[in-house]
Amino acid sequence: MTDLAPLSPFDASPAAVGRIVRREPVDWTGIAFLTGLAVVVLLPLIVTAVWAFAEIWRFPAIVPQRMGLGYWQDTLSRNDVWQALWLSLSLTTTVTVISAAICFPAAYAFARLDFPGRNLLFLAFLSVQAFPKFGLIVATATIFLTLHLVGTFWGVVLIQLVGTLLYMIWIPVSAFQGVDRRLEEAARDVGAGPMRVFWFITLPQALPTLFAALLITFVSTFYETDAAWLIGLPNVRTMPMVMISFINNALEVQYGAVLFVFLWVPSFVLMLAARRVMGADAFAKGLGG
Amino acid sequence: MAQVRLSGIAKTFGKVTALDAMDLVIDDGELVCLLGPSGSGKSTLLRIIGGFEMPSEGTIAIDGVDVTDLPPEQRPTAMVFQSHALWSHMTVFGNVAFGLKLRHLPKAEIRDRVERVLDLVGLSGYGARLPSQLSGGQQQRVALARSLVIEPKILLLDEPFASLDQHLRERLRDEVRDIQQRLGITAVFVTHGQDEALAISDRIVVLADGRMQQVGRPGEIYAEPKTAFVAGFIGAMNMLDGTLADGEILASGLRLPAEGSGLARLAIRPEDISLTEPEEGRTMTVRRMIDFGAHVVIDGKLADGTHLRIQTDKAIRVSQGEQIGICVESWTVFTDGDEPRRYRSDTVRSFRGARYA
Repeated sequence: MTDLAPLSPFDASPAAVGRIVRREPVDWTGIAFLTGLAVVVLLPLIVTAVWAFAEIWRFPAIVPQRMGLGYWQDTLSRNDVWQALWLSLSLTTTVTVISAAICFPAAYAFARLDFPGRNLLFLAFLSVQAFPKFGLIVATATIFLTLHLVGTFWGVVLIQLVGTLLYMIWIPVSAFQGVDRRLEEAARDVGAGPMRVFWFITLPQALPTLFAALLITFVSTFYETDAAWLIGLPNVRTMPMVMISFINNALEVQYGAVLFVFLWVPSFVLMLAARRVMGADAFAKGLGG
Repeated sequence: MAQVRLSGIAKTFGKVTALDAMDLVIDDGELVCLLGPSGSGKSTLLRIIGGFEMPSEGTIAIDGVDVTDLPPEQRPTAMVFQSHALWSHMTVFGNVAFGLKLRHLPKAEIRDRVERVLDLVGLSGYGARLPSQLSGGQQQRVALARSLVIEPKILLLDEPFASLDQHLRERLRDEVRDIQQRLGITAVFVTHGQDEALAISDRIVVLADGRMQQVGRPGEIYAEPKTAFVAGFIGAMNMLDGTLADGEILASGLRLPAEGSGLARLAIRPEDISLTEPEEGRTMTVRRMIDFGAHVVIDGKLADGTHLRIQTDKAIRVSQGEQIGICVESWTVFTDGDEPRRYRSDTVRSFRGARYA
């Protein structure tokens, strides 16, 4: 096709003259949705964030009358806040690690192995979530009372583990199911045994989605309140418990707002970082998208 | 030296028989195509050779060693998958080197061997890329390199080019044939494309419904199909139902000499029919003329409405609805439970002293 004569400008010109630049139509529906979402999602966040820096903010004013870091100093100088933070972090880490140790192998079994009662067992795992959670916790609390687990670190760990099952089974199952069997067969083919196939192929392929499950579990466990309240108090005071007591007992909302910003920023940064590392589709994949 | 010997291989999935008592010897350095429609059992057979499926019956021996019970990682085979099956979390280099790393070879040797095999498949310099950064054809080359680098005795290819466009498919299959011959490696190639099978194989195994229909060289399978299925599946073929009586077969108004009696199928290649002046009893009506450039195919209707295709010279021009005379030069008659019989008009003519259409 090299010997074609180049088009003369004469031939090309009518098309060029006839070209009309059309403007993209304005997507009003999209803008309306965006505005609605912004009002519903962002506005409460912004108001709370402003409260954290407001020292005086009385009714008719749209912006606070006086702003400052006074409440930050008050809140962050408190001993119980830091204690609760460390407790919450170690509690959440323990729950996430144990949950992963239990759930990931189970998820692999559900996804890849064929054993009797597989579907029934899978359903049993998920059905825990169908119970009214508060009732479940109250029932568990009565058992824990006799076992002397109420008000202990490990008691809270145990009860919070139950809450992680849904995400830590469900998401990893679809992560493992999403790994193409041919990839594993290709690895067997060039000489890898079943263990190495899992380690070098299946696990890395599923990893972004597994990581998403870990992150969701970590964040949701950190902010878990029902179990921490009924099983943990008074000895085990987690971060959300401290926040609740601040909000309930103090007339100033600023304490709660300060903690809100204090905790929201790191988890938001974590989520953003995770999105960058894993790609947005890891979450979607894990949730069956 | 790598010879594959399949003895009495059978495979059932539940009640479904995928493969039935198959015996086949693939010689050293040979490229054998398993050809058949989907569901014929060709992929199952390949996966049995690779160790991904266990045969329900029978044994597989490679170079005289029984490998029937060995898992894939212990067999001297390497498979190229239809879906490429590249590991997306590894680079091209990582994909190809994986099999060598498992063998704990020194780093320098691994690098050397990977570079050589990437060069062989025309991808030198692509080592640092991720599979997602390559085109479909390049991905399939990587898959081929990954299989070749471990120097398997048997290379298995499972419809490797099915997802590629025709030009690329043709180019890659020629390259695979070149590489296979240069390395002298034994290869089994699964395809449902007869062109592909005819183009690259030393021998073709035609499969249908889990049974071997015919094993033979490409030309032999084309010229001397053993069953009506093979005749219809390989190349274009006019298949007509007819009746044998009085030394003739009568099918859709066509009369041709043939021995035997009872029901039979008449098979005529489009290129074995030539055009003549219209005469009584051997004419057809042109439905359409398809000009392929190098040749012309005429799709016509016989007296009873049966379609007949003729492949003829590119200079021939006919128009729709025109009556044309036809002369059948060679034909094959298939009868149940009997060897097919082949006839040619030139020998028949001298023998019977009459012209048949």
